[in-house]
Amino acid sequence: MWKTILRRVLIMIPELIVLSILVFLLAKAMPGDPFSGSINPKTSPAQLHRLMAANGLFDPWYVQYWHWVVNLFHGKLGMSYEYQMPVINLIKQRGLNTLWLATFTMILTYAIGLPLGIFAGKHEGKWQDTIIRVFNYITMSVPFFVVLVIGIWIFGYALGWFPTSGSISPNANGMGETILSRLGHIILPGLLGALFGTVNIVQYLRSQVIDAKHSAFVKTAVAKGVPEKDIYRHHIFRNSLLPIAAFAGYSITGLLAGSIFTEMIFSYPGMGQLFLNAVNYRDYTVITTLVLLYGFLNLMGTLISDIVLSIVDPRIRVE
Amino acid sequence: MTESATKHETILTVKDLTTSFKINNKFYKAISDIDMKIKRDEILAIVGESGCGKSTLVNSIMGLQDPSETKITGEIDFEGQDLTKISEADYNKIRGAKIGMIFQDPLSALNPLKRIEDQIEEVLICHTDMSKQERRARVLELLDQVGIVDPKRTAHQFPHQLSGGMRQRIVIAIAIACKPDFIIADEPTTALDVTIQAQILDLLKDIQKENHSSIILITHDLGVVAETADYVHVMYAGKIVEKGNVDQVFNNPQHPYTRSLLKSIPQVDSESDELYVIEGSVPSLQNMPATGDAFAPRIPWILASDHEENPSMHKLGHGHEVRCTCYQDFYFKEESDA
Ligand SMILES: Nc1ncnc2c1ncn2[C@@H]1O[C@H](COP(=O)(O)OP(=O)(O)OP(=O)(O)O)[C@@H](O)[C@H]1O
Ligand code: SF4
Ligand SMILES: [Mg+2]
Repeated sequence: MWKTILRRVLIMIPELIVLSILVFLLAKAMPGDPFSGSINPKTSPAQLHRLMAANGLFDPWYVQYWHWVVNLFHGKLGMSYEYQMPVINLIKQRGLNTLWLATFTMILTYAIGLPLGIFAGKHEGKWQDTIIRVFNYITMSVPFFVVLVIGIWIFGYALGWFPTSGSISPNANGMGETILSRLGHIILPGLLGALFGTVNIVQYLRSQVIDAKHSAFVKTAVAKGVPEKDIYRHHIFRNSLLPIAAFAGYSITGLLAGSIFTEMIFSYPGMGQLFLNAVNYRDYTVITTLVLLYGFLNLMGTLISDIVLSIVDPRIRVE
Repeated sequence: MTESATKHETILTVKDLTTSFKINNKFYKAISDIDMKIKRDEILAIVGESGCGKSTLVNSIMGLQDPSETKITGEIDFEGQDLTKISEADYNKIRGAKIGMIFQDPLSALNPLKRIEDQIEEVLICHTDMSKQERRARVLELLDQVGIVDPKRTAHQFPHQLSGGMRQRIVIAIAIACKPDFIIADEPTTALDVTIQAQILDLLKDIQKENHSSIILITHDLGVVAETADYVHVMYAGKIVEKGNVDQVFNNPQHPYTRSLLKSIPQVDSESDELYVIEGSVPSLQNMPATGDAFAPRIPWILASDHEENPSMHKLGHGHEVRCTCYQDFYFKEESDA
């Protein structure tokens, strides 16, 4: 068990190094410089040149990279040129908002996806299954941002049930109100995100349940005299759900990608929105940090999933 | 019950059993006209080519088919109950407790995510009121009985950590956990190495002797039949075509199919090393001829007028039975050429 985890963690180190170099070079390769756009138009080219030299922008890439890595470990991520505040603070603030939204989305995704997938698999080929599959195909074939736009239009503007922007109401006072207001702001984007996220879970779980139902070991269980409901509980659902537990980590990628759309359309001040803005303003320090963070979170997600999988599935443990 | 009283007691009687499967919304007969009996302390072998309905027959006895896709008619009388008519709940009291089943593929027959001990224990939970401790002790005892060298260690392992032969021993341990009177073994050795095959068969024979149970043994391997079984039923295209004890069927085969089958196995004392091959193959369910004998197309040199229209079973005495009368006129193609 520990061997599997250790091996898995070791694999991650070169992945991280490659990721950071790539991210750094990519950001460098972006056209434009961070000053031309935002600085006083009267600044002379010579002044600009000096400003850039002072910021180390003319050093060789590996020097810049090295400085950047060292600073990274000291939590010095630099200043955001656009927001005029330390990147670390910016990301802390925005990351917290995204964490709220993503966690909520994930919980909803599982709360909706698990029962639907199990139910569809159990009633394979019957009308219950057909309804769920039709629903799945529709969700799958409509692009995510269309779902978001339609959702915000109906429930946000037309019905006015939910706020359409921000992460918290400015006049919320006290713990209770704060939490309620935060929840109010994430319910609609979370629900729409979850709607989208369930597709994979439902499909995966449904096919797992169907496979298990027709498997030889279930036939063995029937031949043992195990009642049907126990066969479902102890063999079919158990075997199908265990690998799903590992999905949580893998789904981080989808969640983060989804949050970029969601936060843009809902004007939700999270990391996704920050990222889009940073790209727009060529806010290098923010871009590099965010891409690195996204990459890191993805690797962590896969790591967690692999570990969970090795816990629930004895076949992939290293002896 | 004394030994002699139990000796000839009939455990299972199957009468006019037909099993049909739904394929594209139509039912097709996979087996039909099945009559058979098995007595206590007896090993009955069922042989026949792939697809002739051997598994269908025993799965019907065990009630393993999906009822919405399967139609079963006839009677399956087991210890006074007709299994075709009992409820699922009553069936579950019989399956695993009074009838144990061993499957062909030990690799997939065990749940890959459960420990061996849990999988054996499950059958004890279903059918006994043993305490947890008693069950665990029984699991170790069973593992020992089926020839597992280190029961404690194996109990904690997962199926993928065991060899095919060991897994089949585990499947056998599950089948015999509740000391059933009746064991069904559907090609228990087909997936195993030759040396392991012999060990598993010996194990089955030992268990049978010890518990005085009855076994239905399905196999492709006529050598296994000769060595293991008391009685043989030969099946072809969903029907039993010949029944008898091992001596009758092997030394005095009557049905053209039995004779072809025996001719097609390598003979140690044979001068020629050419194997006899039966022409054609078993028809699929949808292509089964509605009337006439399904085997007729595979012996085309026999005149149509020599075949019985719908061959029925004929008694030859001493329990030897054969389907059709024209077996009397059957000859092999080369014999006519010669
Ligand atoms: N559930 C099912 N639905 C449809 N057809 C089936 C089903 N089960 C079996 N059959 C068909 O019934 C026939 C008999 O199959 P069966 O598995 O009983 O043969 P078998 O004698 O056990 O063959 P083998 O030696 O290969 O195990 C085959 O033609 C098979 O395709
Ligand atoms: S009727 Fe014809 S095919 Fe059928 S068993 Fe008799 S000889 Fe063979
Ligand atoms: Mg079979």
